[in-house]
Amino acid sequence: MKDIVIIGAGIIGSFLAYDLSQYQLDIVLLEKNKDVGCGATKANSAIVHSGHDPKEGTLKAKLNVLGNRMYEDICKTFNCHYEKIGAYVLACGSEEEEVLKTLALQAKHREIPFELHDYLTILQHEPNCSDKVTQGLYLPSTAIITPWEVAISLTENAMLRGCKVHLETEVVNIEKITAGYCVHTSSGKIETRCVINCAGIYADHIAKMINPESSISIQPRRGEYFVLDHTKEPVVHHILFPVPSNKGKGVLLVPTIHKNVLLGPTSDFIDEKDDVSTTKTGLDYVKSHVHQLVKDVPMHQVIRTFSGNRPVGNTKDFIIEEDSDFSCFFNVAAIESPGIASAPAISQYVIDELVSKRLCLQKKTILPDILKRPCALSEMTYEKRQNIIKEDSRYGHIICRCETISEGEIIEAIHRPLPALTVGAIKRRLRPGMGRCQGGFCEPLIIQILAKELNINENEVTVEETGSNVLVSKR
Amino acid sequence: MEELICITCPKGCTLQVEVEQGKVKSITGNSCPRGIVYAENEILHPMRMITSTVRIDGASIARCPVMTSKPVPKEKIFDIMHEIEQIRVNAPVQMNQILKENLCGLDIHLIATRTLNKK
Amino acid sequence: MRKHELVIIGAGAAGLSCALASYHAGIKDILILEKEEDAGGILNQCIHTGFGLHTFKEELSGPAYAQRCIDLLSKTSVQIQCSTMVLSVTKEKQLVCSSSQYGLETIQAKAIVFATGCRERSRGAIQIPGSRPAGVLTAGAAQRYLNLDGWMCGKKVIILGSGDIGLIMARRMTLEGAKVVAVAELMPYSNGLPRNIKQCLDDFDIPLYLSHTIVKIEGKDRVSGVVLSQVDEHLQPISGSEKHFDVDTVLLSVGLIPENTLLEQAGAQLHPKTRGPVVDERCMTSLDGIFACGNSLHVHDLVDFVFAEGQRAGYAAAEYLKKTYMDCNVIMVRPEGNISYVLPQKLHTSDTKLLYRVKTPMKNAELILMSKDKVLKRVRKVSLIPSIMEEIAVTKELLQDCDEELIVEVKPWKN
Repeated sequence: MKDIVIIGAGIIGSFLAYDLSQYQLDIVLLEKNKDVGCGATKANSAIVHSGHDPKEGTLKAKLNVLGNRMYEDICKTFNCHYEKIGAYVLACGSEEEEVLKTLALQAKHREIPFELHDYLTILQHEPNCSDKVTQGLYLPSTAIITPWEVAISLTENAMLRGCKVHLETEVVNIEKITAGYCVHTSSGKIETRCVINCAGIYADHIAKMINPESSISIQPRRGEYFVLDHTKEPVVHHILFPVPSNKGKGVLLVPTIHKNVLLGPTSDFIDEKDDVSTTKTGLDYVKSHVHQLVKDVPMHQVIRTFSGNRPVGNTKDFIIEEDSDFSCFFNVAAIESPGIASAPAISQYVIDELVSKRLCLQKKTILPDILKRPCALSEMTYEKRQNIIKEDSRYGHIICRCETISEGEIIEAIHRPLPALTVGAIKRRLRPGMGRCQGGFCEPLIIQILAKELNINENEVTVEETGSNVLVSKR
Repeated sequence: MEELICITCPKGCTLQVEVEQGKVKSITGNSCPRGIVYAENEILHPMRMITSTVRIDGASIARCPVMTSKPVPKEKIFDIMHEIEQIRVNAPVQMNQILKENLCGLDIHLIATRTLNKK
Repeated sequence: MRKHELVIIGAGAAGLSCALASYHAGIKDILILEKEEDAGGILNQCIHTGFGLHTFKEELSGPAYAQRCIDLLSKTSVQIQCSTMVLSVTKEKQLVCSSSQYGLETIQAKAIVFATGCRERSRGAIQIPGSRPAGVLTAGAAQRYLNLDGWMCGKKVIILGSGDIGLIMARRMTLEGAKVVAVAELMPYSNGLPRNIKQCLDDFDIPLYLSHTIVKIEGKDRVSGVVLSQVDEHLQPISGSEKHFDVDTVLLSVGLIPENTLLEQAGAQLHPKTRGPVVDERCMTSLDGIFACGNSLHVHDLVDFVFAEGQRAGYAAAEYLKKTYMDCNVIMVRPEGNISYVLPQKLHTSDTKLLYRVKTPMKNAELILMSKDKVLKRVRKVSLIPSIMEEIAVTKELLQDCDEELIVEVKPWKN
């Protein structure tokens, strides 16, 4: 009998696994994919929002503000990337300036640092800012991260603390038993005292497995993006938002940790939870809207498009509660934007408000040292890098030219506690395939390395899930 | 009058060929003598070079590039490909080395187009 | 720190020919750095024949072409260091490279030639909508998997783009037992050689859809199908013209982009149209003593032209090292109208030639070289197409009549 089964290893599930594994509990984290952080965590704007935006009185408002204050330390702990680059909400004309005033007041009330800048001041910081812009709300505490990097580190460290992680394990049914629940999965059943449902876009399905009367309903809202190549002089230096509307925060320009720029997202409700297609309509919408904030958007620098589905609930807020009929079954659902920013605070809230009321939480006396995210060779000094190559010459063999990633780093990622088993998993950890050639040169080499290290054939290597094989047959 | 694209070289001349009772009467549009030979063959008996690879063991790569020693009858392409698929060689292989003689019983050999040393 | 007279980055056709030329012009201390295990560059995966008619006066396969160059170099003092990736280059001509064998190395050169080739435009760059399953590859990646590693990447294939790599792969995949259902081309004409349309598509009854593009890719884990649509004169999909194809693989042959990440980092000026560096007739970039040639300078039609440009850069680098080059007035070259680009972008007054490409096909045209309003030279051109690079000779005398700017223009021919 386990103490807790956590369903879903997105940013929420991995925070909970890490935070809860500091207690004397027997925890299992279940993930249906071959890697963690592959749902909404993988495809979003990667922003730690300041917390100025959510409606007063909501969990979103409360947890976003708290989460924003927690991130810097968390990222430092794991050596995950974090940059407090700041954001602008940009108004065009007096009507929109009124909205800025409301947001500024809200920020002030929540003790979020802000400044109101006029067009000329903005222009000094953002030379490409459109001349239609009249005023901007500057939010210096807004940061960028690489969300899956955080999820990977959290999961890995939860494992070191004793949490069991089962990848490629899909929950198919949940049954009430006397002492708790029996979770039936694609690879066997697990009995547990508590269940925490953080299944993202599928949280409603999981909730209904135990309680068909559950009122939770999750509708996917698609967001489509462009990714611009990283260049010496990125088109923007801060996150730029238009003033928000009823459809959300609008189409943004977001610098990423690795100096790429994201353009997007759209915001369209769709029917299929799994449908992460991009559409011509969506991409055209993004194109036309970014031009309202910025003069010359270098669309010729686009290296990729993607889309992700936000799990939108039916309450306009996060749904974080114990099931009304089934005690010890906790739903952490509808974690749409600002979900990434709120994640550490959500985890804390779940533990304080829900789990601690049902389980006795006693801290472990000894916790293992934190396993940090390995520093990329390309970010090291010449001497340090030289020494590493001396120890293991595979670190001298560069596989990815665009992002300069070595064979040694790839092999290391494959053999970490949370292993990188797919081309996509390696890409998320080390970035080969995220550069301007998009894997054209390095993917064949990465498939060879994966096959060799996992002792499988090249045609058994997948990009992501089962069935996503690149190679078909040997000549 | 038949129009053909000459495939002898990258220039790709457009050839006009006059055919009468299965025989080539005149050829125009060629910019070199090879065009004439090509057009005659193409009308009466089309031929193609085949390039492919064969499995090589012990070299730095898995496949050794090969070509036929001369153009092969077009209708034999897939038969010859089938025979090429069965061939396995071991490193080292020298460029221009004959890896298989008389493909499909024809006077056509399979030639390596790259030197591959033992790894 | 290692020191070399001349360091060439890339041991493909351009790098190898550059080394040969420079060696024969008297430079003996030459190092070529190559990222792959073997020299030869992309030629090694181009196993088809058709290469070398200009350079070697015979028709060779890609690997054989590379082998010829390597054999010629083996008789010289030129060193080729393989499995070595150059990480950075400074305008002071200092390189940092990485290899398993030697670790990190810093090399000081007196001259550097970039012969880094090009990369293929990816799906993301052309923004094909739809899902993102496995099975969407560039034609070159599929070629590498098949011809070097011996793996097929699919059974039922559609190819987008009718450039030569796309056409060659249509035949190659067919010969290896795959079904190529169609080749689709956005433009109303193919950018491939006519002979490749004939021997790679027509021979195997593979349909070529001109003025068509893929408007949707389907499939969750692996490609399951695509939607092809006709496009109008503005290249926009025409609603109602959609056709569905069940395929497991999409190969992209939608253009090549010169690979200049390092050169850009070194601070060289790049040209927005060619995506290669701005050079003069010696192939020298905006950085003194740093040259570029081959597909990293601009994308060539034939490997023989790459070879020839490598030679030019090699001679020029030798001249530079021997300090025999006389500097003189610089003339800027500017394309006008239907001219897509002209190379070099800068000229000194010497006998040389200009390379140019048109944006759209033209019949019965004339090429005009002008300085201000004065016509310096006009040449009649019966046919001009974007897929064929043209050249025009210019003499020292002609350039002496030229102002600071030489305008290259193409107009309909009038008697």
